[in-house]
Amino acid sequence: MSVEHHEGVHRHPAPTSFIRKYIFSVDHKVIGIQYILLALAAVLVGMFMSLLMRLNLSWPGTSWPILETLFPTGAPGGVMTPEFYLSLVTMHGTIMVFFVLTTAPQGGFGNYFLPIQIGAEDMAFPVLNMLSFWVTLAGFIVILLAIFVEGNQALGETFAGLGPSFAGGSGTVGPIGGWTGYAPLSALGKIAGPGQGAGMNLWVISIAIFCVGSLLGALNFITTLLNMRTKGMTLMRMPLTCWAWFTTAVLALLSFPVLLGGGILLLLDRIANTSFFIPSGLYVSGLLSGTNPNFPLHTGGSPILWQHLFWFFGHPEVYIAILPGMGATSHILATFARKPVFGYRAMVFAIFAIGLLGFFVWGHHMFISGMSPYSAIAFSVLTLSIGVPSAVKTFNWLGTLWGGRIRFTTAMLFALGFVSLFVAGGITGLILGQSSLDLPMHDTYIVTAHFHLVMGVASIFGMFAALYFWFPKMFGRFMSESIGKIHFWLTFIGVYAIFVPMHIMGIVGMPRRFSSFQEYDFLRSLDPLVMLVTVAAVITIGAQLLFYFNVVWSIFKGKKADDNPWEATTLEWITPSPPPHDNFAGVLPTVYHGPYEYAVPGAPRDYVMQTDLDTEVPSGNGHNGHKH
Amino acid sequence: MGRVLAVIIWIITLLSVLLFVSGKWWFPTAISDHAPALDRQFMITILVVGISFTAAQIGLGWMVWKYRDTGKSGDRAVYTHGSNRLEVLWTVITAFVFIALGVMGQSVWASLRLHDAPAGSYSVSVVAQQFQWNFHYAGRDNKFGRTDPQLIDDSALNFVGLDSSDPSAADDAVTAALAIPVNRPVELRLRAKDVIHNFWVPQLRFKQDLVPGMEIKVHFTANKVGKYELACAELCGQLHFKMKSYMLVLPEEEIQALQVLPQEQFQAKMVELLAKYPLPTN
Repeated sequence: MSVEHHEGVHRHPAPTSFIRKYIFSVDHKVIGIQYILLALAAVLVGMFMSLLMRLNLSWPGTSWPILETLFPTGAPGGVMTPEFYLSLVTMHGTIMVFFVLTTAPQGGFGNYFLPIQIGAEDMAFPVLNMLSFWVTLAGFIVILLAIFVEGNQALGETFAGLGPSFAGGSGTVGPIGGWTGYAPLSALGKIAGPGQGAGMNLWVISIAIFCVGSLLGALNFITTLLNMRTKGMTLMRMPLTCWAWFTTAVLALLSFPVLLGGGILLLLDRIANTSFFIPSGLYVSGLLSGTNPNFPLHTGGSPILWQHLFWFFGHPEVYIAILPGMGATSHILATFARKPVFGYRAMVFAIFAIGLLGFFVWGHHMFISGMSPYSAIAFSVLTLSIGVPSAVKTFNWLGTLWGGRIRFTTAMLFALGFVSLFVAGGITGLILGQSSLDLPMHDTYIVTAHFHLVMGVASIFGMFAALYFWFPKMFGRFMSESIGKIHFWLTFIGVYAIFVPMHIMGIVGMPRRFSSFQEYDFLRSLDPLVMLVTVAAVITIGAQLLFYFNVVWSIFKGKKADDNPWEATTLEWITPSPPPHDNFAGVLPTVYHGPYEYAVPGAPRDYVMQTDLDTEVPSGNGHNGHKH
Repeated sequence: MGRVLAVIIWIITLLSVLLFVSGKWWFPTAISDHAPALDRQFMITILVVGISFTAAQIGLGWMVWKYRDTGKSGDRAVYTHGSNRLEVLWTVITAFVFIALGVMGQSVWASLRLHDAPAGSYSVSVVAQQFQWNFHYAGRDNKFGRTDPQLIDDSALNFVGLDSSDPSAADDAVTAALAIPVNRPVELRLRAKDVIHNFWVPQLRFKQDLVPGMEIKVHFTANKVGKYELACAELCGQLHFKMKSYMLVLPEEEIQALQVLPQEQFQAKMVELLAKYPLPTN
């Protein structure tokens, strides 16, 4: 394959107008930043919702006057209603999983750095890339509309004329269904209670739009990586970040269509009276299916089908969220330990193994769903085996640190935090992956603790690490290291204080998605832990304001950075900070070495850049390509 | 900085482990025949989890403590790309431990889920609906009366759609709380009228979804007389958190006496029994 051949095809002139440069830009770097800004906006909404949830759980029935002002029907008298709480649960999960954990790691950092790291001028399909962002943004706007349509009485009623599933205004901030939207609750429409009307339609539509955006992005990532690597950039000389983004794109390409299909069927059940997920003979809110215009006849659907479709996507999705963080962590650990990545090949195989096995374990979300108990056994054993490549990655991260000369930048602290949190969150998969142990554990707080630590917080730590690390490249200025370190310590200790006690709550048996625990005697002993988690959450969320301040302040006032401030080896560090429109100012680099040649004996510096022509690097594990 | 991070990681690890071994918060005392085996499997698993977690965090702390950059000029890191021997070693060991755990974990599952309830089990039909549990008992004749969704009428209190023209329905009772015998296998026939619900009694170590359109048969044996809280553990709508009931585990003679009572007296007796038994203290 000839790189030169592609060069001309994809070159597009640098834009001159503001709109083409910053808004409808086809430059992967601008699109990457747009994705990151989208995630930064979405995570604010999601965090604010988690704050409200914690307030409600720790001080049930307490009146918060500000809430009455903000949500007159959702919190009458300032007290949150159960349906208001449940809509917070749903919107928090949906916004965080889709618009934060799936946008910034892949669409954000992947978009910005994959082309540069493989020595390309842009993505393979720049216009498609622009579309994928704007489609994703449209999805975000649609999910935000759910807040207004459900929260505003008058607005909600204007939609009621469209049909029984369109009425809004139930005084919530969106639908009620959790981020998993289990049918038939999500399929029945207004009749199933508050939060099942217009908000749910918008939720399904938003997710369907998001699927389309992700598919466009995935196609682009795969094509770019396979076709546009520069001369000498063999697959096994790629940074591990590129392997992670590539695998993530493959997962997205194979899993999002299933969710898209499922979402369309769900929407049809809601607005066209189909029965994909609604069985016959339902009796809801005093009405039998088929006896009332508000509840038309349904027959022949399967609620479990939705769960299969959802989790066939949903399980790969957790790897879509965390694989880019793994890539960034490997990249950053090597850079600041001043050592080659330990077991590069094993790391590549492990990423692939996780991606592949990730498609065969979705049933562990459904052990007690009523599916065949025999398939539960298969899913359970497969699930435990996915722990093996995860452990291999952890061992290799420790191996990378071993014998290093570690520099504790903020980026490195967050990468180390990623390793710590990934282990802490991932290891409890050994419990939840066993069908027997799922009998007591399913849908309790131990599940909440597990997935928040591993796919939520660990992934976010990967993104923090990535931002502190690449910020100088993206904006030509460092983020403040002193604010960054305070941000790290508060967040690192804070998230442990939030999520470790949640495991204990799960063992005691506290169910998820309860707006109040006051009804149950067996949960009373947990009151002090519930309060501890709330206090920790308030402090941790408060600490994120430091991060937002740091981002904004550093863009304008941060210390200036040169081309290669971290003394790193990969291609993003040979080009100016920030890189020019075509990344390498018209001359594509040629690669001679593996990605992590640190501490090479006899080399003039303790790092050999991938483009360094004159430095001999001993042949070893991890670089087998053409040697100059 | 490296030493501070190491110490903080170790303190977090220590506090986390202490929280788990403090004994202040743990499972409620189990009351089912399958629970000891399940609890044992949980203990083995959490031991593996605890050791792996602690070892990894201690190791991580050790690395950042020992290999911090001391700033000596010309001092370089160890140059290595890894070790195939180590890769094989830790892959094989973790694969063995994890998959062995997974296989061991199937025994309780298999004993509960791979065969039907044994003969002589006490059967109760459970019909869940938004924010309410209905327990349908077969009565003196041990035969459930016919039910039909067309006959459901909440306003007439026919919550399960019992067909009064069916002779075997005459002695059936439907109540809002569950009563089962102690030390006898119990079969629950689980159905839902509207959305998915979940039957969850922490002391039983048992949970199962109730899915509209399906009848799911599950079985277990409770072995301690008493009253236990029963929760819905699958998000079912607005008042999900209030979808609560009780499970009474009764001596055989009490369940026999209850079983033959007609609807009204059955309900009155349930109220009496619910008042008689206190909730467990742990």
